[in-house]
Amino acid sequence: MSDFVSDFWAWYVGLIVIASVIGCLLLMKSQDVPTDEGKELDHRWDETLVELDNPLPKWWKGLFYATVVFAAGYFLLYPGVGSYAGLLKWTSVGQHTAELKQADERFGPVLAKYAGMRIEEVAVNPEAREMGKHLWLTYCTQCHGPDAGGNTGFPNLRDGDWIWGGSAEKIKETILGGRQAMMPAYGGQEAVIGGPKGAIEMSHYVMSLSGMKHDPALAAKAAPKFIQVCSACHGAEGKGNQALGSANLTDRYWLYAKGADAKSVQESIVETLVKGRGGKMPAQADQLGEAKVHLLAGYVYGLRSEGQPH
Amino acid sequence: MPALRPAATRLTPELDQAWIAKGVRRSRVWLCESNLTVREGVYEMQETYNYKVVRQFAVMAVVWGILGMAMGVFIAAQLVWPDMTYGIEWMSYGRLRPLHTNSVIFAFGGCALFATSYYVVQRTCHTRIFSDRLAAFTFWGWQAVIVAAAITLPQGITQGKEYAELEWPIDILIAIVWISYAITFFGTLLKRKTPHIYVANWFFGAFILTVAMLHIVNSMAMPAGLFKSYSAYSGVQDAMIQWWYGHNAVGFFLTAGFLGMMYYFVPKQANRPVYSYRLSVVHFWGLIFTYMWAGPHHLHYTALPDWTQSLGMVFSLILLAPSWGGMVNGIMTLSGAWDKLRTDPILKFLVTSLSFYGMSTFEGPMMAIKTVNALSHYTDWTIGHVHSGALGWVAMVSIGSLYYLIPRMFGREAMWSVRLINVHFWLATLGVVLYIAAMWVAGVSEGLMWRATNPDGTLTYSFAEAVKATYPFLFIRFLGGVLYVAGMLLMAYNVYRTATAKDARVYDDAPVPAAALAHA
Repeated sequence: MSDFVSDFWAWYVGLIVIASVIGCLLLMKSQDVPTDEGKELDHRWDETLVELDNPLPKWWKGLFYATVVFAAGYFLLYPGVGSYAGLLKWTSVGQHTAELKQADERFGPVLAKYAGMRIEEVAVNPEAREMGKHLWLTYCTQCHGPDAGGNTGFPNLRDGDWIWGGSAEKIKETILGGRQAMMPAYGGQEAVIGGPKGAIEMSHYVMSLSGMKHDPALAAKAAPKFIQVCSACHGAEGKGNQALGSANLTDRYWLYAKGADAKSVQESIVETLVKGRGGKMPAQADQLGEAKVHLLAGYVYGLRSEGQPH
Repeated sequence: MPALRPAATRLTPELDQAWIAKGVRRSRVWLCESNLTVREGVYEMQETYNYKVVRQFAVMAVVWGILGMAMGVFIAAQLVWPDMTYGIEWMSYGRLRPLHTNSVIFAFGGCALFATSYYVVQRTCHTRIFSDRLAAFTFWGWQAVIVAAAITLPQGITQGKEYAELEWPIDILIAIVWISYAITFFGTLLKRKTPHIYVANWFFGAFILTVAMLHIVNSMAMPAGLFKSYSAYSGVQDAMIQWWYGHNAVGFFLTAGFLGMMYYFVPKQANRPVYSYRLSVVHFWGLIFTYMWAGPHHLHYTALPDWTQSLGMVFSLILLAPSWGGMVNGIMTLSGAWDKLRTDPILKFLVTSLSFYGMSTFEGPMMAIKTVNALSHYTDWTIGHVHSGALGWVAMVSIGSLYYLIPRMFGREAMWSVRLINVHFWLATLGVVLYIAAMWVAGVSEGLMWRATNPDGTLTYSFAEAVKATYPFLFIRFLGGVLYVAGMLLMAYNVYRTATAKDARVYDDAPVPAAALAHA
């Protein structure tokens, strides 16, 4: 509400609308007089257009009065006119808080049953998994997909390849606190990996790490730079570091590639080197609370048994 | 063009009728003849109506109607077959949807309103339009706006405000055209030959004035280059102003303007007096004073302050009676002429439009109630509601009025084929019913599925499951749209045959009927 900083508009609008409704009622009163029913008024336009002096239909007047009475009652009970808060002291924030509290009271005990359970146990408990699945479909599916198969830029959680660690505790930590990856952009930094041309050479080297098809001559040119620059995060062998969230470059899982073919992979590596990446997993602790995150962690941990063997 | 005519001819009704039927071409002959006989001194000025601008707008209303509605069918098909356009960005749903809404509301609806308001204001003021040049400018200016919209929107050039997407240079052109429209319309009212202003003109006048204000206030923006601008308002105030505009665009563009149309063409086509003058006075002012505050119902349960949400809901409910006043007056005008419905498809269009008007102005206030809105908001129900108003009310009253208007623009009493109008009527009615019934089912399903919870408090359905549930209804909606466009194509053919019929003539100026002059 910070954009409405004073009560000025509330009262300005409130007074106008009250005057408007009173004006309409007075107008109605002025027209609500005995008439010559069925008689034509003596104005005539365009040869044939005339109007009858018929009264306002009774039911129609009743409808208008009824809505005005409803309005008066509603404004007495609820906020609406100026800064008057209404007899019920209702606010949308209050309603939201009350509904949340009600939900917590009702569903808190259901969630509490699993809070003390180890995540590994939650992962195999059928009821907990069912709840976890519904939570997943509500909160996680937008990025990771309904089957947790991921999408370009959003990790697949069933393939056994973990960027930030796949232990039960690490998964929970990821969901609770979120993650922020940081691959720097080297496209504009000629001195570091040799600019865009260096990026192409480096992409061949990176592909060589997982034995993908590459140009050995170009890869060899980039090899020393990999040790100088990239190994700081990805390690000398390119196996990555889950503590930093730096990708394992030897496993043929490519988060940002649009396809599994060598061309798509190479394009994505060049783009990563030139533009950098900032993968972000949003923190869920505030929105979902720990009890639900616990169930989700169990659900995600349990996905490995459904996924490919690793 | 005022022309000289001998006063004596008015003494014989037969000659007078012949004069009217032959129109201006005859009057020009008289002008030549009058040079020879001017010393008689019995000549008077014959006043004429400007039919040229009416005809231009009327024909373009049909053209834009077909294009705008076909665009709607196209994007409805994209919702059924999402990969239909292979991801080509300028053919994507997000870019074409505003083109659909702009072309049906402002191109089709706008041209229909220009045509009918120019016709009605001249004929009920018994005087020629205030300025032929300004009227011609509004025609060409408005067409330029439409073409500019068709070029910019598919390129993604947009202000991102619903129903106010066009970028600032086009907004300025709209403002200039609209002010010219206001001058032309009110100028004509000022030089009227009648002592009173006919009710249709109150509604047209309110529509023109309010739309000018809404458009100018809501489009205030800081340009950042030719094709980009930033709104003058920020945050929740921007949202509030946008929906103050958005809802009053419905109230004044799509309701008041078309009620103006209704108040002329219903009594004319039925040849019956308007049911109640008093009702028209009360519901006119009721509509004006209550519509203005209903906008916040578009923003229930958002960051908008609570008092504005309450106000929006309550005023939407108070709006019910003033809205229905127009329906009551229109439908009661037909009492005593119900038998004409059997044979007159134009009257069928007009009466059905009033029924849809009554239905959607009942549905609207109901959907504005917060508890109902909690279910209906963001679902296809809203889309259904809009289309019962747009296809059922706005388009049908326009189509009926255009079928009355267009033959008269070509010097004829009726369209080339009345049977085709009848077929059009049934196609349109079936199309609307399929459309809105499908959207009701889809919308209520979505609303119920989104809120369904399991005993453990988790949501029962994922979003994609609700999308899947609506799939068959999206197809039925597409079919409804196809029927509606098919009807419009029949209309275009009928208009073409009417315009090119042997006895048709292009009728730029029409004499003011002597009877009207006598009454004035």
